[in-house]
Amino acid sequence: MTLKTNWAEMVNPAVRDIAPSGIRRFFDLVTEMKDIISLGVGEPDFVTPWHIREACVYSLEKGYTMYTSNHGLLELREEISRDVSQNYKVSYDPRSEILITVGVSEGLDLAMRALLCPGDEVLVPEPSYVSYAPLAVLGGGKPVHLKTSADNGFQLTADIVEKALTPRTKIILLGYPNNPTGATIDREHLLDIAELARAHNLIVISDEIYDKLTYVGEHTCVSSLPGMRERTILLNGFSKSYAMTGWRVGYAAGNSDFIAAMTKIHQYSMLCAPITAQVAALEALRNGQSEMRKMIAQYSRRRRLVVDAFREIGLPCFEPRGAFYAFPDIRCTGLSSDEFAVELLKEEKVLVVPGSAFGEQGEGFVRCAYAASVKDLMEAFKRIGNFVRRRTGRGKVVTFYFGKMEQKDNEIRKTV
Amino acid sequence: MKEILELLETDARLTPGQIAAILGKNEEEVAGIIKDLERKNIINGYFTLINWDKLGAEKVSALIEVKISPQRDVGFDAVAERIYRFPEVRSVRLMSGAYDLVVMIEGGTMKEIAHFVSFKLASMEYVLSTATHFVLKTYKHHGTIVEDGEDDRRQVIVP
Ligand SMILES: Cc1ncc(COP(=O)(O)O)c(C=O)c1O
Repeated sequence: MTLKTNWAEMVNPAVRDIAPSGIRRFFDLVTEMKDIISLGVGEPDFVTPWHIREACVYSLEKGYTMYTSNHGLLELREEISRDVSQNYKVSYDPRSEILITVGVSEGLDLAMRALLCPGDEVLVPEPSYVSYAPLAVLGGGKPVHLKTSADNGFQLTADIVEKALTPRTKIILLGYPNNPTGATIDREHLLDIAELARAHNLIVISDEIYDKLTYVGEHTCVSSLPGMRERTILLNGFSKSYAMTGWRVGYAAGNSDFIAAMTKIHQYSMLCAPITAQVAALEALRNGQSEMRKMIAQYSRRRRLVVDAFREIGLPCFEPRGAFYAFPDIRCTGLSSDEFAVELLKEEKVLVVPGSAFGEQGEGFVRCAYAASVKDLMEAFKRIGNFVRRRTGRGKVVTFYFGKMEQKDNEIRKTV
Repeated sequence: MKEILELLETDARLTPGQIAAILGKNEEEVAGIIKDLERKNIINGYFTLINWDKLGAEKVSALIEVKISPQRDVGFDAVAERIYRFPEVRSVRLMSGAYDLVVMIEGGTMKEIAHFVSFKLASMEYVLSTATHFVLKTYKHHGTIVEDGEDDRRQVIVP
């Protein structure tokens, strides 16, 4: 007689207790549906620019199919170092302070695992990207949620941080421009948070994957702030700015001892990032600026359209200043964010992501990605408008705003 | 203004209202600018790109290199005009290099094009010689790939 293994019992409780993803069920819902318009996609609607794909095809023809060094191609690290120092005036030594990772995703995992001891606390703003808290847990730490809300533009402030500090606080996670809210963070807020980090000897993990997608004001790189280079792990990648999500390549930059520690884990669990992706990333940095700017100009134009559409529909929406998400407040419909998303999908075949998938603080909101064609966006908003009108039983809802739409964006929508 | 042109160049069907929303301007202002651009002939027209091949339509087109001797006083322009006035001529451009004009022509059949070249074009005053190249297949026109297989392949929902 063979004993049947009870896998549920075998699974590490830390893994078992991670809540299932809030978006899984939508896959089942959409399988039998046709003609849906999805605003639920958190990745560019562009295919990777051709010159990048072409460079990578050539590398395959030439037989670049081997491992690279654990750190990644030196040429790529040099190019990243140049790019970061050119954009933010922070310099990293390509030989010891930069590690090529399998996307920011791996960078987050490595940073947490290399830093956390059991019980260490990680401050995670909410709403935020879905992997921060689970990775903190898997790294043995304890995520502590910091609530940000629409009335302060979903920005983290030193006040909020200070209230959450305990002797076990070790890491502050920052992710601006933000997924799912589209918020950016003001330099002044960052300066205050930086001061706290210095005073309490905290490490900042800064996920700046949307840095180039900043439409109002300028992005501040956390490690460029006074005294922060030494206590910041800068994570970035190619997924969003160069439309390279499927390639799986990114990087971590920081203190050389810490990069060495991350590299220790990386060398055993990953060995190296795929060489093909590294070659593509190199081409992106060397020759991809103009194509990147064109894509960003497109997002920037759509952003205005989206904000305008919500005004028209009558859903309050704080002005998103970065990434490619809008995060309207749907409470006036009387629905929870999950109900809103499910019923909108069933009735109007438009897919949005319930805000609750990004933490409790996202309840009452939905995430609409505008990484979609203008044509699809217009049709989607027509349908959302119909839905909201039916639910509110009103012609047009009197709109109130969380702050005014900034007329003056940084004009990156211009390509000429 | 340049932004309005850029937007219309990629999608001529955008309405002034939509353009206004994208650019954060008001609708009347945008409509006024467009009117003005049309009046000044900066906007030359609005077209639909059609893949006639797909319809199985027998539409032959050809690219013709034309060498001419420029006319005193008016240079190449007068000869070019005599050519571009023919409705079957789709485009005429003055070129640097081995020949002077490049003429794109779209006719019903090969025979019609041959007829046009020999009876109208080659025999025209100041035209020294022509070389006709028939188009076998169009892959990309007006910046648009004819059969682009790269549709949206993303998963419908991604965190
Ligand atoms: C805020 C944020 N960080 C990280 C990632 C993952 O990035 P990568 O593709 O580099 O792993 C995403 C992807 O959606 C994201 O939105």
